[in-house]
Amino acid sequence: MFPKPIEHAAPSTQILYKVALPIALILWLLPLLGVAMTSLKPSSDLAAGNYFGLPSYIAFSNYADVFTNSPIAKYILNSFKVTIPTVIGAVAISCLSGFALAVYRFRMNLLIFFLFVAGNFVPFQILMVPVRDLTVSTGLYNTITGLALFHIAFQSGFCTLFMRNFIKGLPFELIESARVEGVSEFRIFWYIVLPLMRPAIAALSVLVFTFIWNDYFWATVLTTSAETQPVTAGLYSLNGQWIAQWQLVSAGSIIAAMPPVLMFFLMQKHFIAGLTLGATKG
Amino acid sequence: MTGSATTAIAGTRTQRPGIWKRNQRALAPWLFLAPGIAMFALYVIYPIVASMWLSFYDWDGLGAKTWLGLENYVELFDDDAFYTSLYNNIIWLVLYMLAVPAGLFVALFLNQTVTGIRIYKSLFFFPFVISQVVVGLIFSWFYAPNFGLFYNLIEWLTGTGVAVLADDRYVTYGIIAAGLWPQIAYCMILYLTGLNNVAPDQIEAARLDGAKGWKMLWHIILPQLRPATFIAVVVTVIGALRSFDLVSIMTDGGPYGSSRVLSFYMFEQALSEYGFRMGYGAAIAVILFAIMMVFISGFIWKMVRDERGL
Repeated sequence: MFPKPIEHAAPSTQILYKVALPIALILWLLPLLGVAMTSLKPSSDLAAGNYFGLPSYIAFSNYADVFTNSPIAKYILNSFKVTIPTVIGAVAISCLSGFALAVYRFRMNLLIFFLFVAGNFVPFQILMVPVRDLTVSTGLYNTITGLALFHIAFQSGFCTLFMRNFIKGLPFELIESARVEGVSEFRIFWYIVLPLMRPAIAALSVLVFTFIWNDYFWATVLTTSAETQPVTAGLYSLNGQWIAQWQLVSAGSIIAAMPPVLMFFLMQKHFIAGLTLGATKG
Repeated sequence: MTGSATTAIAGTRTQRPGIWKRNQRALAPWLFLAPGIAMFALYVIYPIVASMWLSFYDWDGLGAKTWLGLENYVELFDDDAFYTSLYNNIIWLVLYMLAVPAGLFVALFLNQTVTGIRIYKSLFFFPFVISQVVVGLIFSWFYAPNFGLFYNLIEWLTGTGVAVLADDRYVTYGIIAAGLWPQIAYCMILYLTGLNNVAPDQIEAARLDGAKGWKMLWHIILPQLRPATFIAVVVTVIGALRSFDLVSIMTDGGPYGSSRVLSFYMFEQALSEYGFRMGYGAAIAVILFAIMMVFISGFIWKMVRDERGL
């Protein structure tokens, strides 16, 4: 292990480390802690200049305010309506294309694979005008379907890369021996490979959920009204209305951040496995 | 191919295998790929080509397109806002790279086994999970004049506070600092995974040879962390060039356009209240795309090499 395990260090160093840990963490999360604290302050505290002290009382009413006086519940619902179909669609498509690119040898294999990889890295702006046009002309502009369809297509690049590399790591003999038995290619996919992909599907679902939930750019480009906007774009317009009401901005931010945060803490193992695929060899 | 031989054997049960049976192996990959390729071609490949084509036109998004040839690009060469954005993109790119060593540093700090370390690791990773919109709002509050934590800290240290986001000298750096927060967390998690997989026997052998500290890190650990470093560099470069959310949330490009980056300037030209200049926007996007392609080709080239080596 590197660096040297701290248990082997002098007792004073060990104590120093254990003191340094929480201090470092508090400094690291300081902006976040500040916002969390602000979200619980009554507006009278802020008016009286109590910016850093503890709240004079815990004002959960800010959260109630945000829910009753803004369409945030609708925004959150929209986010779910965009995110969940995208996760299902992108993961399903990439299971198929990842399987094709991992298992079959054909001439265009690497070319197609790297097209997916490269497409995944392009700046959004090069896609913006034509995608917006396409969405307008199909009548899907400012609809949840239009936004989700784009996300499915774009995410299938990253997801295919991920699935293809995962399937490459599976024992190929399984597929070979099934072929010798005369099992059809679709049955091989459905009954042999797909069950083995469960951890990859879980990891990818958590990742895509977070990516799409947090998307802001496409939400602003493809949706315009409170009826369809997801919470990231919604928060931006609310921020414009809540000028200087930081207790509301903070509460709104925390509400918007909650679903991916919960997802992360509940599915941490999968999340990190997904994110770090390829960070190690083998 | 041995493949067709086995299909043939499998096919002997039914006397004459049909076209599907005989060509299954060749057709199957295309069937599996069809939905992915169709979606990707429609929403990614075609728009790239269409944007390039559009960059030679003048178009307000509704009426007829007028052919301009290279005029959009010629205009870009004289556009101060374009140069400001390009310059800011370079600052972003350079400073964003700090996330890689900083992430390594945090990972080294946390790579211990004391009790509760797992919770520390997840909490350090926390900023990455939050949307950039929320990160932007958090840092706007942090920098806010008069009551922001950062403002007061500077005031306490130097006597006068600095309104970071309203000062064209600091605004880009202020936004980059906000962007580094989640990016460092991302690099940290990549390196923590990498460190977990460093071969212990090599470390022991190096320790016996008297290597420690920096020497050990440089000669033994870093070479083994190369895959993690590669991914960290890729995601950081892409992240820096994609920066849009934070600029939009924190300053809307201001003050006086001084915090614009190419991605934001493009959006502003093509879709904001200043008018729908789709062709001009597309030209900016093409420039950004060209810059990114330099990096993307580099990454792909390395990946192809690794792929061949397998």
